[in-house]
Amino acid sequence: MYRKRILDISQKVTALHAAAAFSAMEMVDCVYHALMRQDGAAEDKDRFIMSKGHGCLVQYVILEDLGILTEEDIALYCKPEGRLGCHPDYGVPGIEASTGSLGHGMALATGMAYAEKYIHRKTGKVFAVLSDGEFQEGSTWEAMMMAANLKTDNLIALLDHNGFQSFGRTSETHPAFYPIREKVEAFGWEAVEVNGHDAEAVFKAITERKGGKPFMLIGNTIKGRGVSYMENVPVWHYRSPTPEEYRQAIDELAEVSS
Amino acid sequence: MRNKFADAIYEIAKTDDRICAIVADISPAGSMVNFREDFPERFVNCGVAEQAMIGIAAGMALNGMRPFCYTIATFSLFRPFEMVRDDLCYQNLPVTVIGMGAGVIYSTLGGTHHTMEDVAVASAIPNMTVLAPCDPNEMWTATEWCATQSHGPVYMRLGKAGEPDLTSAALDPFAIGKIRCLKKGSDIAILSYGITVAMAAEISETLEKQGQSVSLYSCHTIKPLDRDGIASVLAEHKHVVVIEEHVPHGGLGSRVKEIAFDTRTSARLDCYSLKDEFIHCYGSHQELLAEHGLSPSAILTSINS
Repeated sequence: MYRKRILDISQKVTALHAAAAFSAMEMVDCVYHALMRQDGAAEDKDRFIMSKGHGCLVQYVILEDLGILTEEDIALYCKPEGRLGCHPDYGVPGIEASTGSLGHGMALATGMAYAEKYIHRKTGKVFAVLSDGEFQEGSTWEAMMMAANLKTDNLIALLDHNGFQSFGRTSETHPAFYPIREKVEAFGWEAVEVNGHDAEAVFKAITERKGGKPFMLIGNTIKGRGVSYMENVPVWHYRSPTPEEYRQAIDELAEVSS
Repeated sequence: MRNKFADAIYEIAKTDDRICAIVADISPAGSMVNFREDFPERFVNCGVAEQAMIGIAAGMALNGMRPFCYTIATFSLFRPFEMVRDDLCYQNLPVTVIGMGAGVIYSTLGGTHHTMEDVAVASAIPNMTVLAPCDPNEMWTATEWCATQSHGPVYMRLGKAGEPDLTSAALDPFAIGKIRCLKKGSDIAILSYGITVAMAAEISETLEKQGQSVSLYSCHTIKPLDRDGIASVLAEHKHVVVIEEHVPHGGLGSRVKEIAFDTRTSARLDCYSLKDEFIHCYGSHQELLAEHGLSPSAILTSINS
């Protein structure tokens, strides 16, 4: 449903990072619909940061579904009279932080989580979805080291590991990027690797975490998941499908079980 | 000023539980030790990780806190510049970035530890307020303002140690966005900010001994700059002098020139600043300033020429 909604939006704008949204789809869906407490008292409120801001369409369509954004907001996506752009902006309902420039979300989430647990003494959790590309930013690792030092075990990061960036497959362009889990654990985190398109596995891994440390879910995903010609093809990082491609995508989505 | 800043933030934190000190491995001086001991949860040492310092401070501000990020100026502003821009200024969060020992104060440590262009860099970012108090008293009042204001991020440029009292006999109170008259004359006006106000005061005394009537202003708020106040100074004096420990462009001098042009001033305007150079010189703070051309004798010679 959310992928179809994103494809509908794609027919009105030339660029929307659909493939990046499709790879994170099940993880963001799981966080919002199964893991986050959104309607409790203030002390129960959880927060969400789309650190990979370019994947924000998945967040927008879920916020629309939750009634936090409106149909009109989506209709005015990337239009002067609207309030939604290709990256999330703080101040828009449901958006907890401005992202888009990679490598910022981890520190923002760490600060939020630290204040929540150790200053306000509340139980709120902070969820952050990161791209594997921003895992190459030094600032991400600075913040990860501090998150572990600060024992922010209310911080749950989800890495959308689709293995692709602009020049192609990361395992070929930057082989020392791997292994990921061992690096994360060496920085003082608890880490679990699952199929990021398996929402049940994502849910289980997060709810059954040991705790005491910040937690990283490494979700192995497919960039452009759900539309055959988008899957693992770098150009779909950015461009929108033509009307003909759109029809093919809609047909294929009917066959995807996600 | 460094110890007094620690005293100020410690005192303010006693009554405002939103105040946090987020530091990057700078050795705790004076009351910063007390802050760490009395409010351990509100003191975060990010280690040598300034990008994390700014990002974490932004996250804490997004969760209701009023953080002060505190380290040597080049590391609090230049190293994490994009975090300052995006996390603090774009989101317009009430976080104060302290630039300790700005200018060429770290005079034996070389150019990597100098902060000669911070006012231009910080002033260029929308939403940013830029402050440079001239003495410990002015710094204390400015810190209180930073702790309670709701405008957005602040970059506050501070000296290091040993600044004299320059403001206890000031003619104007400290007011954000207003130049502050420390002494009123009628011939020459000297505008400065931060620790070079002390040099400006020394120069003013020599000029007075030579028979001149001199005004002296602390321009502690570089952004937003008091355009009307500076326009009045230009209108009321036949000779206006700007002294700043900053490169010639993007600081107070170039802004005063803009105002002078806009107001068609007839006053003579002389601006003295650091050179637009990395000078590779080591010595005392005064010796480095002199190497850049900023010494009372050099400036007096120029003023009297």
